[in-house]
Amino acid sequence: MTVNGKAVSGSVEPRTLLVHFLREDLLLTGTHVGCESGYCGACTIHLDGVPTKSCMVLAAQADGCDVTTIEGLAKNGDLHPVQEGFWERHGLQCGFCTPGMIMSAAGILAENGSPTEAEIRHGLEGNLCRCTGYHNIVRAVEYAAAKMRGEEPAPPEWETDLV
Amino acid sequence: MYPREFDYVAPASLDEALDALAANPGAKVMSGGMSLLPLMKMRLFSPEMVVDIGRIPGLDDITDQEDHIAIGALVRHHQTATSALVAEHAAALAEAAAYTGDNQVRRRGTTCGSLAHADIAADQPAGALAAGATMVAASKNGKREIAAADFFVDTLTSALEPDEILVGIRIPKTGGGSAYDKLGRRGGHSDYAVAGAAAWVRKSNGTVEDARIALTGVGTKPMLAAGSMEAFIGSDGSAAAIAAAADRATEGVTVLEDLYGSEAYKAHLARVFVARALEQALARA
Amino acid sequence: MSTTTSALGGVIRRKEDPALIRGRGRYVDDIKRTGELAAAFVRSPFANARINSIDVSAATAMAGVHAVYTIDDVRHLGPLIAQVPVGKLRPLLADGAVKHVGEAVAMVVADNRYIAQDAVDAIFVDYEPLEAVVDLKDAASDRVKVHDDLDSNVLLAWVGHEWWADVIAVEDPRPKIEEAKQRDDAVIVELEMVNQRLIPVAIEPRSVVASWNEGYERFEVYSSSQIPHALGGAIAKTFGLASNAVHVRAPEVGGGFGCKLNVYPDEILVCFASMRLHRPVRFTETRRESAVSTIQGRGWVATATLTGTPDGRILGYELRALTDMGAYSQNFTVAIPLLGLWVSAGQYDIPAYFEAKCVVTNTQTTDAYRGAGRPEALYYIERMIDAYAREIGMDPAEVRRKNYWKNDQFPAVNNTGLAIDSGDYETNLDKLLEMADYEGLKRMQAEARAEGRYIGIGLSTYLEICGFGPSVLSEIGFGWNNYGLPSSFSGSGLVRVNPDGSATVIIGTGPSGQGHETTWAQIASSVLGITTDKIRVSHGDTAESPMGVGTFGSRSAAVDGTATYEAAVKVRDKAAEIAAHLMEAAPEDIRFADGGAHVVGTPGRVVTWEEIADVAYRPHRGPDGLDAGLEAHAVFSPGNATWPFGSHIAVVEVDPETGNVEFLRYIGIDDCGNVINPMIVDGQVHGGIAQGVGQALFEEAIYDDAGNLLSGSLIDYPIPTAGDLPSFELGRTVTPTDVNPMGVKGIGEAGTIGSAQTIVNAVVDALAPLGVKHIDMPLRPRKVWQAIQDARG
Repeated sequence: MTVNGKAVSGSVEPRTLLVHFLREDLLLTGTHVGCESGYCGACTIHLDGVPTKSCMVLAAQADGCDVTTIEGLAKNGDLHPVQEGFWERHGLQCGFCTPGMIMSAAGILAENGSPTEAEIRHGLEGNLCRCTGYHNIVRAVEYAAAKMRGEEPAPPEWETDLV
Repeated sequence: MYPREFDYVAPASLDEALDALAANPGAKVMSGGMSLLPLMKMRLFSPEMVVDIGRIPGLDDITDQEDHIAIGALVRHHQTATSALVAEHAAALAEAAAYTGDNQVRRRGTTCGSLAHADIAADQPAGALAAGATMVAASKNGKREIAAADFFVDTLTSALEPDEILVGIRIPKTGGGSAYDKLGRRGGHSDYAVAGAAAWVRKSNGTVEDARIALTGVGTKPMLAAGSMEAFIGSDGSAAAIAAAADRATEGVTVLEDLYGSEAYKAHLARVFVARALEQALARA
Repeated sequence: MSTTTSALGGVIRRKEDPALIRGRGRYVDDIKRTGELAAAFVRSPFANARINSIDVSAATAMAGVHAVYTIDDVRHLGPLIAQVPVGKLRPLLADGAVKHVGEAVAMVVADNRYIAQDAVDAIFVDYEPLEAVVDLKDAASDRVKVHDDLDSNVLLAWVGHEWWADVIAVEDPRPKIEEAKQRDDAVIVELEMVNQRLIPVAIEPRSVVASWNEGYERFEVYSSSQIPHALGGAIAKTFGLASNAVHVRAPEVGGGFGCKLNVYPDEILVCFASMRLHRPVRFTETRRESAVSTIQGRGWVATATLTGTPDGRILGYELRALTDMGAYSQNFTVAIPLLGLWVSAGQYDIPAYFEAKCVVTNTQTTDAYRGAGRPEALYYIERMIDAYAREIGMDPAEVRRKNYWKNDQFPAVNNTGLAIDSGDYETNLDKLLEMADYEGLKRMQAEARAEGRYIGIGLSTYLEICGFGPSVLSEIGFGWNNYGLPSSFSGSGLVRVNPDGSATVIIGTGPSGQGHETTWAQIASSVLGITTDKIRVSHGDTAESPMGVGTFGSRSAAVDGTATYEAAVKVRDKAAEIAAHLMEAAPEDIRFADGGAHVVGTPGRVVTWEEIADVAYRPHRGPDGLDAGLEAHAVFSPGNATWPFGSHIAVVEVDPETGNVEFLRYIGIDDCGNVINPMIVDGQVHGGIAQGVGQALFEEAIYDDAGNLLSGSLIDYPIPTAGDLPSFELGRTVTPTDVNPMGVKGIGEAGTIGSAQTIVNAVVDALAPLGVKHIDMPLRPRKVWQAIQDARG
């Protein structure tokens, strides 16, 4: 398969989950594991461009596919607008759900450049965050959407912005 | 989190897949894997072999077939939810697909996979029942058709034989209108159905000429609400007729209590959503 | 000397984020050790059973399995150490009996996790099931004893006026309350309410990897812990080592919320296995395993009684609670209700009686979960005030206002004998009512009701106690002395300006999302004038920080932040001497800002931190007698806890046909004293509210009568998703504390303490026209619908 633009190969047991192949064999540990039921979404990657929970895919199923993980989202060192949005609008706290959340959000914005708040919230239902209450995650995605449209994002909600 | 060992094959053709199933009685078909993999990871289910049908060409389309539309085995929930064809001929199924899982699940899980899994609280079985879908099952011995009403046998049990693959479903173009509504486990439309109902209605000259009403989350399997259908077909489709049909929602149904609702509550919700689905279906009919 | 404080009170973007948004953050499971092995556990399927035998032979014989351990291998290490060892301590592995579902019975160590799990499946345990006791009232009756060697399932009772009777004398409020009840006009409201069991669900499951080096005689441990120093102490004590022979690091921690404020048997057992096998050994729990292997929270059943006058004056409040400890006592287990006791009367100057019995059951251990005792206590009083207001037909805001501590009463000594540091409750409430447009909401509600819609407005206020804490509380367990570290919960801050002029801040607390790297950089920057990009904050490392208490109880900023502040002041004072020498000025005329030192009134003259550091580390260039180096450590022990407060409003709409609750608005005004970084503070409130919403609407650790946990996976334990919540409308009032020099109180738990009852109050308000008086959480549609049916008869 191709991972973050590079061809990789490896031999795994049939039962090996894609997320474990990424984390244990390729040492791409930015993709996290938060559950086994497929509810938390911390392991979300792009599989052939589609946001996919990598704990819900066998590594063998991804044979020949194009995989992008959080480590491959920034291009030439430039943050993806969603990554920038999460930083600018405090869209993360502990950061554990963040890679999956960012990959999901990037997937949403790739299809819909002007999502409403309700569409953002609905679109992120497959990614659980226990820290932020999602408030600033929504602001982060709105920020990224504006940036991707070439618009100036709405100002932050806090009053005293030093930097 | 760590499945037991199994053999894995990813056939390049349907025939190869059917051969593999025939040769391995302990094999299980996987399409999107959204239902199967969690069970395997929790070691609640451990097939000896997984036959991954994901690489078989020609199964990933929704096509217009004159008197029916055909949904292939690898059509994702998202495709079903957003297809103009499904919206036109089986709006209830489209809504059910839109309410299934979450964004990532809808992009990978398949409509046929959800139907074959036959979860008692899944959305799309109700949509398929209301649409009067026909399931097309293939085995090494050939293809057979199974009416949706005969397809859901029991909890997590469909009419498929171990060596069969649900290669697609057919939805007849029968006019009328349909709708699906539910209460999700987290409230609203989110997550599996605490209870839900799909309805299809065709009216003619102020009379309900034909209707199908299906329940999910209520009994031991997704099923048609025979009492409601009997009450509604031939009625004038008025509010009173809807209420009368809703009243009979759980007639002959063994209502199951679970973490999300008592028997009385689920029976009540069945009535509520039969009414709501019927109202919406009529508005579209 | 004055300081530049420009970095306090303003927002800078988090220093943590660049790594985390790129997927380069290092959580424990991301840190791979050469040659590491994987551990997995056989866990009990029974809540109460004797173990007749354990057959590990098939597992031991499997390829890739290195060892299988049972209690016979580790009994000599003793039970798991608890900081408050009241009750039955947990054996490291089940010792002849299991007392809750999920209790670890045997440990497998194998080449990888898949094989380890295969081996777990191959272990046969012969259990002899016994009757389990789960219901709190049933357990408190001692009909079935959980542990044969305990006198009773009731471990102790916390009583409001007696909690520390030999030190703090408090009048028994009961005679006064009884007298009030006898009044002709007494209005008495009583409700039994459940504050249900919760599973913390930090999204990062717990993970630990340990390696023993017999050459260095040292453990290297990485653990997703909120308390690495305490863990290091526990390991050292267990294996008979000095604390400096155990190096514990808690790198990025993926959420804690109290569930990583504990020492777990697996953390000790991986050390044991590593010592035996001479390989690093890792254990990472799975999500379903986490539900039964990591502590749970809450679990109270209580009867609350409120006595008042018809015009809204509260004359007495009583809370009698049974609180669920689970089967074994771990870190703070039995102390959690005490935290509730301290705030049991909320913001109110009222006679209040509190009693909480700590009861053992055949369930997983409970301990601190975000708020820990305080959400429970505030839930009860704030639900009762609403019920009372409804009973007397008075606006709930006015009832609260009428019973508040008044501004001139602070420091206000409450019903437990503790002094609330500062407060301005009316201003806070007024701001909330204005921001929410309370009168407008009430009009909107009336109009909706006329249309047959059920809209509810829920109001709640809260008082919190946090910032632990005062050294004296170590006498009753608030310290790490049982882990061999006889420290109180003092703060630790070490500030060093490095030879190149950059600064390193080493703290005794570590974030699990709270943004410590950013906040502490701001604290140091505000004192030193070094820009935050040149300050690196190091945390969670027992070899770096001289002492460390950890992150819990909303204590970090107020206690460890203050220690850092004080350490920075010491460094600044020394730097001022050097700068004065270089600029031939008096030290008292030196000011620090913008990366260097200035002489007051002479803005053009600047000595950079690089120049100062050069002198500090080459002392011959400095003033005579200069003590070389530019580093200081401070330990701060506050004289009191801090007492944040706030007021929240929720607006909901209920579908009476299905019982579905829909959020319309959530407004909160919180007061945590001075604010260091408003962005981070608001973020803490957002997340706190979300967890309160989770308790109010969704979450419940449901046990059946046999002690099976029915909601152990995220499928059946739904935590809120983005789609379940509204955007929050937040504001703040600022009432500084004088407990610490920065005037900060703490904000980590406030949102959770304030929110669950706000939502329940809103739902009950929505359904009041139908006669609904109370619904126990979580307000799942089925329960809301049932309450409507019950009210309708």
